[in-house]
Amino acid sequence: MYDVIVVGAGHAGCEAAHIAAFMGKKTLLVTANIDNLADMPCNPSIGGSAKGIIVREIDALGGLMGKVADYSHFQIKMLNNSKGPAVRALRAQADKRVYPKVMRKYLDETPNLEIKEGMVENLIVDNNTVTGVVLNNGEKIEGTSVILTTGTYLNANILIGSENTPGGPHGEKRSNELSTNLHKLGFNIKRLKTGTPQRIKADSINFDILKPETGDDVYWTFSFDVEPQYDLNRQQKCYLVYTNENTHQIIRDNLKKSAMYGGYATGVGPRYCPSIEDKIVRFADKERHQLFLEPESIYYDEWYLQGFSTSMPRDVQEKMVHSLKGLENAVISKYAYAIEYDAIDPMQISPSLETKIIKNLYTAGQINGTSGYEEAAGQGLIAGINASLKIDNKEEFILKRHEAYIGVLIDDLVTKGITDPYRMLTSRAEFRLLLRHDNADIRLTKKAYDIGAVSEDKYQRFTNKMAKIKTLKELLNNNKLVITDEVKKDFKERNISIPSGNFNYLTLLKRPEITMDIIKRYLDLSDYTHEECEQVEIEYKYEGYINKEYQEKEKLDKLEEKQIPDDIDYSKIKNIASEARQKLALVRPKTIAQASRISGVNPVDISLLLVYMKREYSKDANK
Amino acid sequence: MDDTICAIATSLGVGAISIIRLSGDKAIEITNSIFSNPIKKGESHIIKYGHITLDNEIIDEVLVMVMRAPKTYTKEDVVEINCHGGYTTTNKILEVLLTKGCRLAEPGEFTKRAFLNGRINLLESEAVNELINAKTESKRKLSLNQIGGNLTKIINDIREDIISLMANIEVNIDYPEYTDNLVITENLLNEKLVVISQKLDQLVKGASYGKIVSDGINVAIIGKPNVGKSSILNHLLDEEKAIVTDIAGTTRDLVEGIISLDGIEVKLIDTAGIHETTDVVEKIGVEKSNQALNDADLVLLVLDGSRPLDEDDKKLLNVIKDKKHVIFVNKNDEKIVINISDDNVIYGNTKSVNGLDSLKDTLIEMFNINEINKDLTYLSNARQISLVNRANDAMKKAKESLDSGIPIDLIESDLKTCYDLLGEIIGDTYEDALIDRLFRDFCVGK
Repeated sequence: MYDVIVVGAGHAGCEAAHIAAFMGKKTLLVTANIDNLADMPCNPSIGGSAKGIIVREIDALGGLMGKVADYSHFQIKMLNNSKGPAVRALRAQADKRVYPKVMRKYLDETPNLEIKEGMVENLIVDNNTVTGVVLNNGEKIEGTSVILTTGTYLNANILIGSENTPGGPHGEKRSNELSTNLHKLGFNIKRLKTGTPQRIKADSINFDILKPETGDDVYWTFSFDVEPQYDLNRQQKCYLVYTNENTHQIIRDNLKKSAMYGGYATGVGPRYCPSIEDKIVRFADKERHQLFLEPESIYYDEWYLQGFSTSMPRDVQEKMVHSLKGLENAVISKYAYAIEYDAIDPMQISPSLETKIIKNLYTAGQINGTSGYEEAAGQGLIAGINASLKIDNKEEFILKRHEAYIGVLIDDLVTKGITDPYRMLTSRAEFRLLLRHDNADIRLTKKAYDIGAVSEDKYQRFTNKMAKIKTLKELLNNNKLVITDEVKKDFKERNISIPSGNFNYLTLLKRPEITMDIIKRYLDLSDYTHEECEQVEIEYKYEGYINKEYQEKEKLDKLEEKQIPDDIDYSKIKNIASEARQKLALVRPKTIAQASRISGVNPVDISLLLVYMKREYSKDANK
Repeated sequence: MDDTICAIATSLGVGAISIIRLSGDKAIEITNSIFSNPIKKGESHIIKYGHITLDNEIIDEVLVMVMRAPKTYTKEDVVEINCHGGYTTTNKILEVLLTKGCRLAEPGEFTKRAFLNGRINLLESEAVNELINAKTESKRKLSLNQIGGNLTKIINDIREDIISLMANIEVNIDYPEYTDNLVITENLLNEKLVVISQKLDQLVKGASYGKIVSDGINVAIIGKPNVGKSSILNHLLDEEKAIVTDIAGTTRDLVEGIISLDGIEVKLIDTAGIHETTDVVEKIGVEKSNQALNDADLVLLVLDGSRPLDEDDKKLLNVIKDKKHVIFVNKNDEKIVINISDDNVIYGNTKSVNGLDSLKDTLIEMFNINEINKDLTYLSNARQISLVNRANDAMKKAKESLDSGIPIDLIESDLKTCYDLLGEIIGDTYEDALIDRLFRDFCVGK
C-alpha cells in the first residue's frame, strides 16, 4: 500500500514522484521501461524563452529539473540578454544520455521512493475515488492517490507517410487500454499530435560550410543552489541550416504523401510546432526557412535537425534532407515522424491538478494537453505536492497568475482548455515583469518551504540572500555619490549625463544609464554577488513598470477574492448566453477572476453572474 | 430581464399611426390575449391584421408585426402593434397591455436588453441612445455611422497596427534564435509608434468634432448696449427661420436661440450684461454672463464702427484676447472710424444685412464644419473620449520610454494598455488574439 503512485517516469512523473517522496509520502514510480526514465524523445534542450523561467520556478519550489540540467548540459545561453529583464531566460543544450542518468541518481537517492517496471492499463476506482492501479499482467497495486503522467504513450501511433504503427517514441510499448478506461470513467478524450525531426549522423554532415552558434562566455545555472559545472571553452556548438527552393519543390511535389496532408492523421497538432510541410504551405512566399543542427549527446554521434519535423515517407525525407546545403551526403539515422496520442480535457481537472470526476486522481504533463519537458515537469511537481498535501489534510497549493508561469500554465489549462498542444510563451503571462527568471526564488521558495517542499538547507541559503539584498539596499540608500571633478570626467567619458547634485545611489540607479557596474566604480560592493546586485538594480530601475503590474495584480486579486459558491447552479441564471452557461458548468470556476478568463464567457455574462450571486446568496445570508 | 416590457415606440402626439412595442418571453402570449387574429406557433417576421379587443369591445383596428427570438432587436420575442395614431387610442392599448402582464419599459430598456443579450456592442448601444436623442440631421448621421460600425472599423484598424507590432515583438522574445524574422529595433519601433500616434491623434481630434456634432457650438455675443447685437441675433435667427427655442432653466436663460449651420447646432448666447457694475441685482446677471463667456466655444464681439473705441470697448477687446473669437464691426453703411488689427474681423451692417454671410462662413471655417460633414465618424460621448485620450496617453508614454532607453519588451506593456483601452471603447477584449496573431504572421517552431 503506497501513499502516492506515479504512472509514467517522464519529466512530469519524475518531479511528481520525487517531491511526494521528499514530502514524506511512501511513493511508487511505475514506468513501462526503466531504462527510458527522464527520456528526451524530442529536442536536446532544456529551457528557452519562458520555459527557462519555468525551470527556475521548479528549482525554487524544490524540484529537480534545474539541477539535473545544470549537471548534464554542454552549452548554455541567456536568451534575450540584450532585452529587458522580464524576458530573459536560460536555454541549455542538454546531453540526452547524461540527463536521464543524473535524474536517475537523484531519484535513487530519494528516501521513500521506489521505482518499478510495468504498464498500467487500468485504475481501481471505488465510489468515485481512485484506490490503486492495475498492470497489464493483472497485478494490482494499491495507493491512496494516483498521478497519471502518461506523456505521448496513451494509444500512441507513429506516423511516417502512409505507415501507421501503434507504439510510443523509439518503438516503445504504448498503453492500449488506459485511455479507454479513462473514457469509461467519464473523461473526454482528445486526440493530439506532435512530431519530431530527423537525426543525422555526425560524420555525414559538412560542418565546414555551416554557420556555428556558440554558447555564452558567462557562467549560468538554472538552479539557485549549484555552482556552474562546465568549462566555458568546451561548450559544444550548434549550426544553422537553411531550406531552399529545391527543398520546397520536393515538399510541394510530395505533399499528398505526408501523413498529415494525405489524410492519414486525425490528431490536432500544435500551432507553434508546425511540420516543415505546414510551413511551406502556410508561408508559401518565404524563400527559406531556418533550421538548426544540435548535437544530441557528446557520447554518440547523432544530430537533431530542428525545424524539419515531417510525416513524409522515408524516401521523400531522404530527398528533402539531401537538398539542404551542408547535408548533401547526410546519413539519416532516425527518420522524422508524427505521433498521435490521447489526452484528457484539462477543463475536467481542478487547479490542484486533481481530476474533478475521480477523487485522489491527479494528471500532469501531456495527458493534460501540454507540450514540452518544462511544462510537464512544472505540472508534475504541483501534482506531487498537492497529492501529498491532501493526504495530510492540508490546503491545496495553487500558484496564482502573478506568482509563477506554472500558475499561468495551470490556470490556462483548467480554465480555457486546449485546442492544440499547449506551449508556454512569454505572451501568455500578463505579469511577466513580476515573473522574471531572476526572482523565481523570491517569488516561490518561502511558499514552498512553508508546505514542506523545500529543504532546510535551501531555505537557509534563500533567507541569507534576502538579508544580503536588504543590506545592499541600505548601503545604496545611505551613501551618496559626490560629484567631484573626477566623477564628472568619468561620466563625460561614458557619455552619461551628470547628476545635478549629490544623490544617493539608490536614486541614481533609477536613471536608465546608471547601472550597478557604474556604481561599483565608486562604492565597494565586493561583498555582494552578481545576483544580489542585479535584483536591486531591476527593482529600482524598472520601478514604474513593476508598480504598474502590481496595480493590475491588485485589481485581479479583488476579483480572485470573489469566490463562487461550490453549489452554484448555472442553469438557474437567467439570460446568460448558452455557450457561457455550458462553459461555466464545465469549468466550475472557483472565483470571478477565473470565470472571466473562460473563453466564451463575456463581460455581460459575468455581470449577470454577479447579480445572480448577490441576489441568491445574500438572500441566504438574510434567512 | 425576466419580465415582458412594452412602450409606445413612436413619439407622442398626433400622427397617422403609432407603434407600441413589446419585448420578452410573454410578448406573443400577451398580444394574443387581446388580438382577434392570434399569432400561431411558428409564425415569425410577418405582419398580421386584426383588432385589439377588450371584453369583446373593439378598441382599434391594427397591424401586428411578429418577430420571434433571436432575430430581433432585443434578441427576445418582439411584437409591434401598429395602431391608429392619437393619444387616446394608443394610451388605451398600452393600458390594456399593462393590465395583461406587461411592465412599462424604462427609457432605453429595449436597447439595454439588446446589449445584455449580446445583440449589439457597447459602442453601438451608446450610439442608439444618441440616435434617439438626436436633434439635428448631423447628429443623427453621427449616431447612424457608429451603429454601422465605421468608428469600430477605424478603431479596429489602429488595434490591428498595434497587435501586429506586438506579435512581432513577441516573436523576437519567444524565438530569438530565428534571425530571419524581422527584428523590431528601437528605430523601427519609433517609426511604427509615430504612425500609430498619428492615427490616434486623428481620433482624438475627431473626438472634438464629435463633441461639436453632438453638443453644438456655443457662441457668446458681447458688446456695449446699442451696437447692434440684438439685430445681428434676430437677423441670424430670422434668416434661418430656425429653431428659435425658448429653453427654460436658470443655466440656459441666456440662450437666445439655436441656428443650424450646415447641420451643426449653433447656440447663440446673449451676454448683454457684461460691464462693471455696483448694482447688486445687476451683478448677479454679470456673473452669469461671465460664466457664459467662459463656457463659450466662440465669442462674437460686436463694435460700432462709426464711433471711436472707448474704454469699455478696449476692455472687451482685452476680455476676448485669449479666447477663440470673431469681431463684427457694425455700421459700415456709415463712415468707419476704427481700425482693428485682428485676424478675424468682419465689417458689415445690420441695416442692409451686410456681412452676416461672411460671419457664417467664418464660423464654418473656424470650426472646420465643412470637414466635419465629410466624414461623420467621431467619438462623441464622455466615456469614449476619455478612453481614447487614455489610449493616446499610453502611446505617448511608450514613446517617452523609448526615448529614455527603456527596453522594448517593457514598452510593449504600454502598447497592450493602448490596445485594451481601444478595445474597451468597442467592448471587445479577446485574450488569445496576440498568440493567434503571432503564429499567423511568423513561421517558427521545431
